[in-house]
Amino acid sequence: MKKTVCLLIVLMLLLTAFGVYLYKWKSPAPPDEETEEGEEIELSYSDSVDWDKFRDQGISINVYNWGEYISVNEGGDEFDTNEEFEKLTGINVNYSTFATNEELYAKLKGGGTKYDLIIPSDYMISRMINEGMLEKLDLSEIPNVKYMDKSIDSSYDPTGEYSVPYMWGVVGIIYNTTLVDEEDDLATWDILWDTKYAGSILMFSSPRDAFGIAEKKLGYSYNTEDPDELAAAAQLLKEQKPLVQAYVADEVFDKMGGGEAALAVYYAGDAITMIDDNPDLDFIVPREGTNIYTDAMCIPKGAPNKEAAEMYINFMCETKVALANCGYTNYSTPHTEAFRYLDEDTQNSYSYPDEETRAKGEVYTALSDQASKQLEEHWTDIMSSGNSNPVTVIIFIVACIAAIVFINVYKRNKKKRIELEEVELR
Amino acid sequence: MEPQLNKNSRFLAFPYLIWMAIFIIVPLILIAVFACTTKVAVDPVDGHRLSEEEIEVIEEEYYEEYGEDAELPDDLYEEKTVFTWENLFAVSTYMPTLINSIWLALIATFICLLLGYPAAYIISRIKVSKQKMMIFLMILPMWINFLLRTYAWMTILENNGLLNKLLGLVGLGPYQFINTQGAVVLGMVYNYLPFMILPLYSIMTKIDDRTIEAARDLGAGSASIFKRVVLPLSTPGIVSGVSMVFVPAVSTFIISKMLGGGTNMLIGDLIDLQFLGASYNPHLGSAISLVLMIFILVCMSITNSLDDEEMEGVIV
Amino acid sequence: MKKHVSRIYMAIVFFFLYSPIAIMAIFSFNASKSRTVWTGFTLDWYAKLFHNETIINSLGVTIIVAVIASVISTILGTAAAIGIFNMKKKTRGMVMYFTYLPLLNPEIVTGVSLMLLFVFAGMEMSFVTLTLAHISFCVPYVILNVLPKLRQMDMSLCEAAMDLGCSQRGVFGKVVLPEIMPGVLTGFLMSITYSIDDFVISYFTHGANSQNLSVTIYSMTRKKVNPEINALSTIIFLVVLTVLLVMNITDSRRQKKLREGVAAA
Repeated sequence: MKKTVCLLIVLMLLLTAFGVYLYKWKSPAPPDEETEEGEEIELSYSDSVDWDKFRDQGISINVYNWGEYISVNEGGDEFDTNEEFEKLTGINVNYSTFATNEELYAKLKGGGTKYDLIIPSDYMISRMINEGMLEKLDLSEIPNVKYMDKSIDSSYDPTGEYSVPYMWGVVGIIYNTTLVDEEDDLATWDILWDTKYAGSILMFSSPRDAFGIAEKKLGYSYNTEDPDELAAAAQLLKEQKPLVQAYVADEVFDKMGGGEAALAVYYAGDAITMIDDNPDLDFIVPREGTNIYTDAMCIPKGAPNKEAAEMYINFMCETKVALANCGYTNYSTPHTEAFRYLDEDTQNSYSYPDEETRAKGEVYTALSDQASKQLEEHWTDIMSSGNSNPVTVIIFIVACIAAIVFINVYKRNKKKRIELEEVELR
Repeated sequence: MEPQLNKNSRFLAFPYLIWMAIFIIVPLILIAVFACTTKVAVDPVDGHRLSEEEIEVIEEEYYEEYGEDAELPDDLYEEKTVFTWENLFAVSTYMPTLINSIWLALIATFICLLLGYPAAYIISRIKVSKQKMMIFLMILPMWINFLLRTYAWMTILENNGLLNKLLGLVGLGPYQFINTQGAVVLGMVYNYLPFMILPLYSIMTKIDDRTIEAARDLGAGSASIFKRVVLPLSTPGIVSGVSMVFVPAVSTFIISKMLGGGTNMLIGDLIDLQFLGASYNPHLGSAISLVLMIFILVCMSITNSLDDEEMEGVIV
Repeated sequence: MKKHVSRIYMAIVFFFLYSPIAIMAIFSFNASKSRTVWTGFTLDWYAKLFHNETIINSLGVTIIVAVIASVISTILGTAAAIGIFNMKKKTRGMVMYFTYLPLLNPEIVTGVSLMLLFVFAGMEMSFVTLTLAHISFCVPYVILNVLPKLRQMDMSLCEAAMDLGCSQRGVFGKVVLPEIMPGVLTGFLMSITYSIDDFVISYFTHGANSQNLSVTIYSMTRKKVNPEINALSTIIFLVVLTVLLVMNITDSRRQKKLREGVAAA
């Protein structure tokens, strides 16, 4: 016995050591890139800041970003943003992802985790500024902010002190040309309510985006706070629910790529990535107009490593990095220098819509607390609607009561029988 | 029992008692507290709860004074935590979801029972050496991560998944398997079947072969043996198996998320939505959790009254 | 006839249980990212898996948390079991009721309640909160495994030891402990198992850089399909298979030795 216990203790110690080793393990740094043939651009990092300021101080930053929203190395020699940052500055990056702005909000509001850098969307930034959840940035630490396109609507952060734009984009409909009827008018949001495509539609799992589509269909503003209009949009979404295959975020890549659904709504950048993977797909922006959004980098209040996070923001605004990120994600970059380096095809792609589309686009702004709460309640309502009808409920409750009564009666009879038998035996 | 052994050893439990108080009792109290409270805006002057219109008026006044783009300060109105039943009432609007979860969980439990009972019986009747191997094979899938096992079914059930591909070979059109209630039940059955088989097996091995032989010698037919010998003797196993399958099945949120596509919301999804999801409202989430917990405890006490076996047998 | 029916039935059950795992394994070798179309054999995904920092780090977290949580739970739980065993019936009943609670409660309720606790206490979600949460649901399993052993223990052994002049500590170390050791070990193993495989509770109590393997897998399933998941699943299957085989073999070897010992005696 003692032997087994000692053996176990040793085993546990070894395991713990192994676990610590795994925890601290870093994947080997990629070899220094060689310029590919034909690539005339040889970009290097600027010396706008002292990149080595935090080296060897054992600093880690927690970065919280959307999924599939940063350049990663997929086994080739692709640019891996986080790895390059770690190599350049010696600051460790703990990168995690979220699927919707509301999820990010819940995580921060819940108070549990301390992130150093977050990349929410415009309206969420606006909401967080209103609720005092963001730190003011020290823009002197982020000189690369000069490259940001000034023409982007930044009404979500009027003083510009809380965020630096990361990517912008448009929402549209991604459709599978082999699964949709050519005759159908796809340039309208109404197509998502067409019963012909029941079970073949993918909707946003993000409440504001889903509501936005319904609101646009009804001709309301994306930022309406009128309870009646919100209720009407909610009703429309409830009607759509039986036609929806699934409410998704990044799962859409998989599903559209595999030809699982005919229609989906998502962002232009991802649409381009999906079309690259599956040429059957195409993208269109409905004529009623759509959402143009900006995602920007912010630092939550109470972030443990604010200066290191600011260095990360500056790094993201390096031309080389911005170019790599928008090249990988296919999203629209607000970086004026990086934009110049994009080839003509990219500059005219879905990611950079023409004036007409931009004019019809609308930006989300933060809703008031009350309206936000209403929207969230509606969303919970929509998500849980369409379940069992009242008849099943009644049958179920009756069955439960009957079962309980039956069981009790059975037990009592059994007891009586046993008692009788005992009496007889005596 | 040695009185001396008694006194000192009772203190051995103290660390655990403190732990229990902090990590089991306090969290549950917190859930109850959160369920019965909510943060509301109150008028700083007389403390009455501000209605939505009043809040809008206050905010608009502020904007008028300081401009449209001004930040709303933190102290525009006070926020107090008040005791309220509104969250618990709100839960009643989600009763259909709860009933739906219970319904699907019951179906899954029933199917598990139907599939698992014969399997447990068969395993308990074969040679002892072979029994061990069979149980080993039964336990093995349980050790693989639950998420991976559910994910595996996604690939099989998709519209272009393997199942539809196989059916396509015989000319049967692609069916919608995934993102249906059926897929969710299938996921539950697949994940929890071993939890039904193991308790049943452990009880059935205790049913002596000779008891069955004796019944047969006394002239009982197979059906009679089952009804009067095997079934009553295996009831404790059925009870544990059912509780081990029903509780996780009713409160799952992964299976419904992955195989139900978010269109088949179960009570677990609803709770997740309130805490780490899109509709952040820990008070509503706690209220729903409280209702779920009470429901399960009521079920457990009912099943307990059916069976006098020690609790340890049920769990272990 | 009956035998054939039962054989076929068991075959169907095992096929049902193993086919998804097998499919995952097969497609982990698939040359393309498709999960349904076979394009060729490759070991690329395994190679990529071993370079995936997030997965390796979270594997480390899983192991560390499992070991620490199980060790602490076992010590805490064994001490608790002995203490509870010696309690008066009333107190014992109440304590046992609260001990069963985390096991009966749906995991999501336990997870959410622990999250509220940590936030209420102003703690940041981190390694510490994750470990504390794991200990909370592991201790009941230890208690439930040790208590029956205490009940089965023959009290006269303790009395005899005391009569022979053994100190209290001696009685504990030389009589009680060896008797309950099988229960302690089983409880320990159960704790490790449940801790490694836990998802729901870890989902609510983990920190930004203390993600469990299960939580990492969950975030992987929400993104673009990645056959690395298949590779991970196959590796886990092989590891578990090996561990269980080893345990079974050592167990049957021990049984054999016992039988030989008895036969020799």
